[in-house]
Amino acid sequence: MAGSCDSRARLMQGNECCCEAAILAGLKFFAGYPITPSSEIAEVLAERLPRVGGKFIQMEDEIASMAAVVGSSLTGAKSMTATSGPGFSLKQENLGFAAFTEVPCVVVNVQRTGPSTGLPTSPAQGDIMQARWGTHGDHPVVALYPSSVSEIFDITVKAFNIAEMLRTPVILLMDEVIAHMRERVIVPCADEVEVVDRVRPTVAPADYLPYDAASDGVPPMADFGTGYRWHATGLYHDVTGFPTSIPSKVDFLIRRLIAKVESRKKEITFTKSQYMDDARVAVVACGITARSARSAVRSAREKGIAAGLFQPQTIWPFPSEMIADIAGRVDRIIVPEMNMGQLVLEVERAAAGKCEVVGYSRVDGEPITPDEILARLEEV
Amino acid sequence: MANKFEEYLRPQFMPHIWCPGCGHGITLNALLRTIAKLELDKDKVCVVSGIGCASRAPGYLDFNTLHTTHGRAIPFATGIKLAKPELEVIVVTGDGDGAAIGGNHLIHAARRNIGLTVVMFNNSIYGMTSGQYSPMTPSGKSATTAPYGNIERDFDVCKLVQASGANYVARATVAQPRQLSTYIERAINTKGFAFVEAQGMCPTYYGRRNKLGGPVEMLDVLKKNTVTVQAAAKLSPEELKGKIITGELYQANDPEYCDLYDNLIKQAQEVAGK
Repeated sequence: MAGSCDSRARLMQGNECCCEAAILAGLKFFAGYPITPSSEIAEVLAERLPRVGGKFIQMEDEIASMAAVVGSSLTGAKSMTATSGPGFSLKQENLGFAAFTEVPCVVVNVQRTGPSTGLPTSPAQGDIMQARWGTHGDHPVVALYPSSVSEIFDITVKAFNIAEMLRTPVILLMDEVIAHMRERVIVPCADEVEVVDRVRPTVAPADYLPYDAASDGVPPMADFGTGYRWHATGLYHDVTGFPTSIPSKVDFLIRRLIAKVESRKKEITFTKSQYMDDARVAVVACGITARSARSAVRSAREKGIAAGLFQPQTIWPFPSEMIADIAGRVDRIIVPEMNMGQLVLEVERAAAGKCEVVGYSRVDGEPITPDEILARLEEV
Repeated sequence: MANKFEEYLRPQFMPHIWCPGCGHGITLNALLRTIAKLELDKDKVCVVSGIGCASRAPGYLDFNTLHTTHGRAIPFATGIKLAKPELEVIVVTGDGDGAAIGGNHLIHAARRNIGLTVVMFNNSIYGMTSGQYSPMTPSGKSATTAPYGNIERDFDVCKLVQASGANYVARATVAQPRQLSTYIERAINTKGFAFVEAQGMCPTYYGRRNKLGGPVEMLDVLKKNTVTVQAAAKLSPEELKGKIITGELYQANDPEYCDLYDNLIKQAQEVAGK
């Protein structure tokens, strides 16, 4: 399919590819703070955004960057920030604010070894649980996790679309290895990229209730400055947007927010499978670890081991039903990850004892190699 | 017509949460009278706040309103202003919200000289959490977390904002509402970062604990302790001890951030077009 431009193969760095995709998805505002290994995203966007009439600002800290992104999104601009481990910790309060006030935005976290300053800036996958539970209180979360530079392209576009569709922040978890890796990517033309925009109100301003959700649980969102004068607050609020402490309304709001994401789980769950049809032992892995696993599973098959790979690209909400299905068909699931065991907890929960679940942790700042995974596959 | 400012209120949410005798109502009144006088389009005004007593103001105002997280009103407002510079963005903050937890944002927004108007409702205390000392609680005064008297020095936030690069800095007290209103008007009309400190009063926590009497007595104290910036120039540091210096403290006409960014866009697009 030819588009209006020549779609072209390019050699791109993961972080650069994320920027390219974000602009094609409609990004108009970026606020960030320097931190390795995500800084290239800010650097590229500082140059690129003004050319498309967008705005870039380097804020005084990570907290301010997250705040500015929410502010700009309230005016209708598609907005993003990018950070890494320690910065992701700092953003958590305002990330919760965005989830609670239902302001769409994309937050990129190029993970690095933690805790604290850790091992700057070696790779790790230690923020899987922080992505889910980093901010206080119950809240909906969508987190996506690509495993190659070309997946970064697709997943970044999806992150923007889901944020707009569900009026919620979307976390894009990346691995340092992929963020800094250069690979071939086919960059499509603008008109070949499916772009979703938030639903805006069609009622007259006087009749607008900013948190009166449609049947899909997502309320239409008016841009600030367009005549719909509404109030956004981090306090519990009713459909009018104004604070309430009435128990039934408090309960209604938090349940709607959770259901809004859970009810669309199928639509926002992206996964990849390899040799899973007849697998007796499955590897469940994300990001760079899924790439090593792909190679390991291939080698295992050559050795006659019925191995398969299941790679969730959507890690939150966690694809529990799919894991449960796999657990019913295999003898064993191996979960290699670059942390002390986070993803494995979810896999164990979803497998619910239907098969053996074994974790494998590497936490020395080095990626897990295919040979390490192959060795686990060869264990009976 | 005298009460035109009432159009800018959301009366359905009254009564407000502020205690009887709180100075915040006077500052809010001054802000609304100014907006009414300037005949600002409600749809184009955006009021942003953080957390605290003062920060509850936006809920009562019929504009585009945003009640954010503690200390972060200014960066939220920065995102709004930069994304949509045609909006009149006003930040309402308190002395704890704006000078303690949000102090760094205040400095950097002033340094950028972004076109925000920040009104700091200074009640010299953390009122909402019931009376802990703030960076603007005068030395020696009592607070729940300073039971032996505050040994920290309160700082002059206007000097801080001026030194950081703002285009307009003024201070008035709630004992001079018309003056306060005039300064807010000039702040809104300023291109670039504008800051007005409204020295208020908290009879409930600050006044009662420090035995300053009721609201009327506290207003009297404010009046007695006030010195205009012109008069202050002739007084010695000793004579100025404990005084509140009011007036227009600084004015400049440096370029505004969003204007600079618009120029940057033009340049970037020219470069890209070549």
